[in-house]
Amino acid sequence: MAIAVPQTTELDISQTIDWLKQKYPDAVHDDTRQGFGGVVVDKSMLVEVAQAIRDDLGFDYLSSATAVDYLGISDHMEMVYHAYRTTGGPALVFKAQTDREKAEIPSLVDVWLGADFQEREAYDLYGIQFSGHPNLKRILLWDGFNGYPMRKDWQEAYFEQEHKPFDSRWPGGWVHRAEEKNVYGKNVRYPDDIDLARLSDTSEATLYSGLGLGVDVQELESDGLQTDRLVVNLGPHHPSTHGVFRMIVSLNGETIETLEPVMGYLHRNHEKIGERNSFLHNIPFTDRLDYLSSMGNNFGYVLAVEQLLAQGARYQPPTYRAEVIRVLMAELTRIVNHLWSLGFLLNDLGAFFTPMLYANNEREKILDFFEATAGSRLMCNYMRFGGVFADLPERIHSVANLVNDKVRDYNTMEYLAQMITERLPRFLEEYGRLLVGNEILRERTINVGVLPHDLAIALSTCGPLLRGSGVAYDVRRADPYSIYPELDFDIPVGVNGDIYDRFMVRFQEIHESLRILKQLLPRLEQTKGEEVVTKVGHTPRVPVGEAYGRVENPKGELGFYVVSEGDEKGPQNPWRYHVRAPSFINLTALGPMCRGYKVADVVTVLGSIDIVLGETDR
Amino acid sequence: MSQLDLSELQSTEFPVPDELQGNLAITSISKLYNWSRRSSMWPLLFGLACCAIEMIGTAASRFDLSRFGMEVMRGSPRQSDLMIISGTVTKKMVVPIVRLYNQMPEPKYVMAMGACASGGGPFKEGYNVVSGIDKYLPVDVYVPGCPPTPQALLYGLIALQKKIDGQSLANMDDVPWYGVGPAEPTPIPVLGPDIIDPRQMDLIRRQAQMAVQGKQFAVGELPALPEKKAEPKKVEAKATAAPEVAADMDPVKAERMKKREEALARKRAREAAAEKGE
Ligand code: SF4
Repeated sequence: MAIAVPQTTELDISQTIDWLKQKYPDAVHDDTRQGFGGVVVDKSMLVEVAQAIRDDLGFDYLSSATAVDYLGISDHMEMVYHAYRTTGGPALVFKAQTDREKAEIPSLVDVWLGADFQEREAYDLYGIQFSGHPNLKRILLWDGFNGYPMRKDWQEAYFEQEHKPFDSRWPGGWVHRAEEKNVYGKNVRYPDDIDLARLSDTSEATLYSGLGLGVDVQELESDGLQTDRLVVNLGPHHPSTHGVFRMIVSLNGETIETLEPVMGYLHRNHEKIGERNSFLHNIPFTDRLDYLSSMGNNFGYVLAVEQLLAQGARYQPPTYRAEVIRVLMAELTRIVNHLWSLGFLLNDLGAFFTPMLYANNEREKILDFFEATAGSRLMCNYMRFGGVFADLPERIHSVANLVNDKVRDYNTMEYLAQMITERLPRFLEEYGRLLVGNEILRERTINVGVLPHDLAIALSTCGPLLRGSGVAYDVRRADPYSIYPELDFDIPVGVNGDIYDRFMVRFQEIHESLRILKQLLPRLEQTKGEEVVTKVGHTPRVPVGEAYGRVENPKGELGFYVVSEGDEKGPQNPWRYHVRAPSFINLTALGPMCRGYKVADVVTVLGSIDIVLGETDR
Repeated sequence: MSQLDLSELQSTEFPVPDELQGNLAITSISKLYNWSRRSSMWPLLFGLACCAIEMIGTAASRFDLSRFGMEVMRGSPRQSDLMIISGTVTKKMVVPIVRLYNQMPEPKYVMAMGACASGGGPFKEGYNVVSGIDKYLPVDVYVPGCPPTPQALLYGLIALQKKIDGQSLANMDDVPWYGVGPAEPTPIPVLGPDIIDPRQMDLIRRQAQMAVQGKQFAVGELPALPEKKAEPKKVEAKATAAPEVAADMDPVKAERMKKREEALARKRAREAAAEKGE
């Protein structure tokens, strides 16, 4: 065996698959369905194969793990995993199948810690039992919820029809409120055998008992000091949890022993609704995932669907101008998001509102541009398959926001150029001068909430959190899309993986975004007049297949896993529509990062992850 | 904005003696009370979803809520007068929301900000979504939009101020909290197999009994829907291929029926074309 074979960690995807099939001839098979890729792994060998994928083949980063229910097609359920190398390159997709009735798949938490929350989500919504999972319980819904809602045969209370548009609305033309159809006048449905006598809310009790904390106060002996172990609940209504997020912390004195995130308070069933919607319908819904960076979300989704469309006959890729505009929007969104998150991080540190108000001033200026272009400040709904919804307007003209009773009116390109080359750099310079060396900021953040780089990778963290820990992994470079390959920019990374590093990574990223934006300005001038959307735009015909589109969103790697089962004439709805949400998966690291620090650091650590609940809970 | 207008105060039915003019103002308690209340509405610092971002935007630099005496956003329900439901209310979250509402001291107001809080919005049919907070709490002002712009939210807040201006301490229907003792707390929903509103316990029990007897459950007991009335029409139209318009039908409705029939015909034609393989 001493022949010079290429390092297994450098094999490309097809070689990797061959290697796997050779090593596990009985357990690994090609996924031969039309439009699908990767391998199907026999579930009894899953853990072993996964170990090999991680250790021998070097796929150290599990990006996404999600379930699909193929009821009516092949009547089984499937877990789909996307693993990457942190050195870059495309994904290795592998799948494990199980039958629906007794759905069970071995857990991969021992291989990739980052599978933890994602498997819990699959258990919660699909009812797949993950054997070997250390903490398998509902994550988004409450304990005691009736059924597994993402299964294809589960119907919600307001169920009307499998797919939109509903016939009653179009072409039926009838308008009714769903409440009228339900005896309770509400969005509820109870099982026939509901037992009202023994009804009690057990979700809180299970929550606490799950922590192994039956008693509220216990005496602990540590360093000769007598302290109490105390369980503290933060949220879901709490000013510093950035939304309706909840944490249960057990404290030894002031020191954190365990921290358990509790989420789902904003679980609004994005994926279920997304599977009833048509492909086009979903674009405005993606806006509402990470509602601070709606343009970025649009981008990820259209990329995923475009991958599918590209298999079809009539697809035309977006024009160059459309790509330029997309990147322009994505980078402006990054600035918007980072301004917001830096402002709020300082808020969490006690610098109440002033830094945030200053940052918000600049953010509003960018939002004005969004409003003029897309029609809305926040929920832009701007990108389309094959381009963007509209070209940049000639002038930014806003009657709604009067300044000193005057309507504001600017030339768009001048406004952009002024913002990118003067306003924002000036602001950053000032912001940096006041904050970067600030004594209090440094004291509170350096060496706090440290996440070592190997743990960061294992936990599948992404975005500034991963880069703050010194891993230079950015989808724009690792697996480039759109026109990023031709743009000149750097990936800022941290060294220690503490809160300060994350702060600095975000700060530097704004600078890098500005650098990109400066390169886009001449490109915008050159491409003036080009079409911004190709024909596919409004009537997509999506061929059968699967696709995983991912972008580097401000919060991290945002991925969309889309499965289409309709052929050219069939229903134009995604069979599976899954969002790999960076905020959700980054939270896996919250517990490990907080352990051992003081209770006052929890909100700062959380602020430094930069979550948004619309995306966490979906 | 919220200046107390002295000239208005003096124009009452009680004449103020000349020597006291300018030193004395007469007004009703309601007016004074409402003026002070509406000028210092403290909202609960409480964001639910995307709309919260616009709410923060409204409070922040450009739009500045403090122009209306509302800048003091309180983290504690005990100190706040106004609850802005800024976003999608989920079944899991409505429990703490009702609890928070009960903890607010009276007088208290609720504003439903955005489509979600008003009626479910884009996520209405979601299995974990409450289609409108008014299913659980009384709402004073609805602000439409998804999300409402800060301007819209400000308009809603001004509308609430107007509403308060018009309230009378003497009218118990207007302001229940000036009656005797505190009001009954709103019953807190329970998370069972689905969310359970304690006020509907009876109904749920009756439905469960019917289910045991094998009768249709929940969705069966419906008021007649326009859709149902339309069913025979649909078949009839298919057979005769020409929409029948009853002579006594109201013309607007007839027009709508006609449009609908045309649309249906178009859809059928399209489907037929698709089936043929084109
Ligand atoms: S109304 Fe729209 S913007 Fe507001 S919470 Fe609902 S989805 Fe979000």
